[in-house]
Amino acid sequence: MMRLFERWALDVQLVLGIVTVSLFGIAMIYSAGQVHVPNVVTEGAWIRQARWFVLALLAFTAVSRIPLRWIEWAAVPSYVVSVVLLAATLVVGEGRGTAAGVKSWIDLGPLSFQPAEVAKLATILALAVYLAPRETGLTSLRELVPPGMMVAVPLGLVMLQPDLGTAMAFVGILFAMLYWAATPVWLLLLVASPVVGLFLAYDTRLWSGYILLVIGFLIVKSRQVYLVESVAVVLANFATATIARPLWNSLADYQRNRILVFLDPEVDPRGAGYQIIQSRVAIGSGGFGGQGFTLGPQKRLDFLPEQHTDFIFAVVGEELGFVGTALAVLALAFVLSRLVRMASHLGEAQAFAGFVLLGIFGAWLVHVFVNIGMTIGLVPITGIPLPFVSYGGTFLLMSWVAVAIAVRVAHERP
Amino acid sequence: MSIHLPHEVRSRADGLHLVLGILVCILLVGFFRIQVLLGDEHRLRAASNRVRTLPVPAPRGTIYDRNGLIVADNVPGYQVTVLPGPVDSVRATLRRMQLHMHLSDARIERVIQTLRAYGREVVVDSDADFERISALEERRSEFPGVYVEMRPRRRYQLGAAAGHLTGYVGEITAEELDSDLFPDSLYEGGMVVGKVGIERQYESTLQGRPGIRHVEFDARGRIVGDFRGAEALAPVAGRDLHLNLDLELQRWIQTIFPDTLSGAVVALDPADGGVLALYSAPGYDPNLFVGGIDDATWAALNADERKPLFDRAVLGLYAPASTWKLATAGIGLELGVVRPDEVMPQPCTGSMYWGNRSWGCWDRAGHGYNNLAQAIGNSCDVYFYQLGLRIGLGRLLDRATAIGFSRQCGLDLPQESRGIFPDRPQWYRDTFGDVYLYGPTEAEALNLAIGQGPNSQTPLKMAQFYVALARDGSAPAPSIARDAPLAEGWELSLQPEHIASLREGLRLVTAPGGTAHFGTALEYWDVFGKTGTGQNPLSVRGLAEDHAWFAGMAGPPGGPPEIVVVALVEYGVSGGQVAAPIVAKTADFYLRRKYGIPTDTIQTYREHIMRGPMPSWYRERFPQAFRPAATGGGGG
Repeated sequence: MMRLFERWALDVQLVLGIVTVSLFGIAMIYSAGQVHVPNVVTEGAWIRQARWFVLALLAFTAVSRIPLRWIEWAAVPSYVVSVVLLAATLVVGEGRGTAAGVKSWIDLGPLSFQPAEVAKLATILALAVYLAPRETGLTSLRELVPPGMMVAVPLGLVMLQPDLGTAMAFVGILFAMLYWAATPVWLLLLVASPVVGLFLAYDTRLWSGYILLVIGFLIVKSRQVYLVESVAVVLANFATATIARPLWNSLADYQRNRILVFLDPEVDPRGAGYQIIQSRVAIGSGGFGGQGFTLGPQKRLDFLPEQHTDFIFAVVGEELGFVGTALAVLALAFVLSRLVRMASHLGEAQAFAGFVLLGIFGAWLVHVFVNIGMTIGLVPITGIPLPFVSYGGTFLLMSWVAVAIAVRVAHERP
Repeated sequence: MSIHLPHEVRSRADGLHLVLGILVCILLVGFFRIQVLLGDEHRLRAASNRVRTLPVPAPRGTIYDRNGLIVADNVPGYQVTVLPGPVDSVRATLRRMQLHMHLSDARIERVIQTLRAYGREVVVDSDADFERISALEERRSEFPGVYVEMRPRRRYQLGAAAGHLTGYVGEITAEELDSDLFPDSLYEGGMVVGKVGIERQYESTLQGRPGIRHVEFDARGRIVGDFRGAEALAPVAGRDLHLNLDLELQRWIQTIFPDTLSGAVVALDPADGGVLALYSAPGYDPNLFVGGIDDATWAALNADERKPLFDRAVLGLYAPASTWKLATAGIGLELGVVRPDEVMPQPCTGSMYWGNRSWGCWDRAGHGYNNLAQAIGNSCDVYFYQLGLRIGLGRLLDRATAIGFSRQCGLDLPQESRGIFPDRPQWYRDTFGDVYLYGPTEAEALNLAIGQGPNSQTPLKMAQFYVALARDGSAPAPSIARDAPLAEGWELSLQPEHIASLREGLRLVTAPGGTAHFGTALEYWDVFGKTGTGQNPLSVRGLAEDHAWFAGMAGPPGGPPEIVVVALVEYGVSGGQVAAPIVAKTADFYLRRKYGIPTDTIQTYREHIMRGPMPSWYRERFPQAFRPAATGGGGG
């Protein structure tokens, strides 16, 4: 009985937390529209976001009533459909608003949406269906291949749009769910090692040290890792190191600049470094207490880029100060921790629910950390929205659908 | 053993919480560093991002004439300025502006260069008219970084009538900034300063102290408003300047000076040497220069054969000719080598024989026996040859140099030519070389005595000399501003009877029978003066006419002169016919206003009889004209 109450309390905490963050988001979008020279895009954005919020609540109510079996049953077909849609997007997709250069939208007359948002949820469900029946952990690289492929397909398609931010969310989903499937952390690190090596490859000595470290680790763990797998990991590392330079050269200028200015924004203060410098200056000038809601001068005078979407957190920083940013970060962390808590309170038979919750956790964690981190230069700038706060209808709706599914699956008693 | 057993699940959940906690800590530490630890720095950076400190131009002091009328003042003008930015985008913006305002490609490149060199805001057009500004303002978003401000614009009421005198203002150049005239503590780029004339001379008086304004801009360079976070500094207006100049007299001179001729008119107040008028023809309108003259106008002014930019009154050097005979006379009297009533031993027979050659008088008919006044009235060369010989070359050079014929007058203008005159015998050899290996002979004294020889003077200098004759022999330095620091004057020590005899000589020139009589006879005033026919390089070769001089003074009948006027008309042929009426009309206009008599455009006796019967006043003023002439006058 006690346990039931606790689970119910967690649901309420999650939903109330997200409602609070959503309302906060609408308020910040309103503030983002309060500029010296108003423009149509940002001025009425908060009203549109509020409408989407109402719609999202209706969707939440509806989805949270769908029987669990339906969800399990629909998981794989919806995964297949969303992959097809992602592929279609590459052909018929179009850019939109602040991400005009990325073909991520499908236009269906009155309705237009981003298939990637649907694909994230579908992938989580499909992966949960695949992982749930397992009684034991994934302990070998070979076992990681099927789930890896399931994520790699939509991830690759999203990369081709190209939408690096959403692609990173897929990585978050994969790693969080593999971890929940009791995959040892060192194994996850081995999987990640070629990617880390890709970035270290710019310095030969650094990379040499790194590859020796990986090989040494494989020798230490030789009892648990097949030789073939060890060789595969090492070869993968060499492969990524080899393609590092051609890959760098094949990047578009703006992509390269984003990485360069991440290392030092001042190399191009009026070009690629402009966004990060202005964002950091705005956030820094908020100081401890902030400039006051709607009163941020940098925002008002148009210095902030993408202030109602990707850089909404810069508005938070400028106007509400460190108090505001800390509270916002903690509120989002609270929502994320509720998901983990809910997962840890499930019964033994609720494996599917656990994976779904963790998939959502993984996706949102990436969104939150990358979006907030990029506003102060902790991570390179990628076009990735802040869940429930950034302006964007499809994203808000799908995030709320995810909440509904999370609540639904966690609530179902076997 | 299932991986979904509660304790397994819990431990994994703890791991996830750990990861979440680490990431949250990274974010919190990051924001704490940026917002709290580096908050002040970022606040400053944010302010410098959008707030620019701009100078507020101070209004220049107003220039008034002697009667309190405005010579130069300020009216509201508009200035277009561009903020520094990437060179290419600034250039693109200025190119787009060419559609709406006059902006040459050369001007754009100059703006870009200044921008590169100083990295500060640059004035694109310091005098844009209202319509163009409106067009610009309507399309503000097309012109990022461009803003329009009101700024005081200089206006010269006299226009071309006093362009040389007032001078004009313009934006300070890099060379001026580097010079000591414009100390760094007071001047900075973009300021408007006096370039020439009074504006330059009294720059430190007229210049105010610019204020400071903190203006907030948005990311696109649009002005948002004044930033109240920092203290603004109001500009301090420049001090006003009061001149001795008579604005209406200056304007009058412009109207009476023959349009097709070039020359200069200088009017001085004998009481203190104050400049009542200083006119150079042709003139130029200084208003053209305010806010930068356009290239075509500038080229046209420079190409004009009549050289309108050249200030003939203070820079032009002309052979003074017969007007200089008064200097010979004054020096002779001072040295006591001649008495006023003394008649020179050798009568004028049209020429004189001295030193192996004949020295002609301008009038081959001859003048007979003359005393000093008669010699002046007749402008008799033979008399002055003998006077020159009595003075001697050495003393003539000494005294003439002492009264400043080889110096500047010390007028309060940035530029003034020094007279050309031999300041000592050695001068001849220094100047002309070995022709004078054995020094100049006394023959030079004969040349100099009649205003010939190496002697070139500015109209201003000749006016100053006649001021001494209108006074007691002393001459203060002429001054344009009322409180000008006076340069040193000089003095001819003459007795009152000496002065009287010199003025009598000048009176004979304008008396009935004198060459300048008809053009100078006035209803209310006595006009005395001396004509001069100045040879010039062209007239010597017969290619052009001589320059015409008239140096005169005027005042109420019987009283001391109250105005000294010198007129020089280039290639004007006859001092009496062309230059003298200008002097008389100038003096008449000034004195009538001084004594409250309505002014009239028909002033001289000649003007009256050209238009109708003999005026009634003429018989009263010049009864001697109706008696048989006892003495005649003439000038050359």
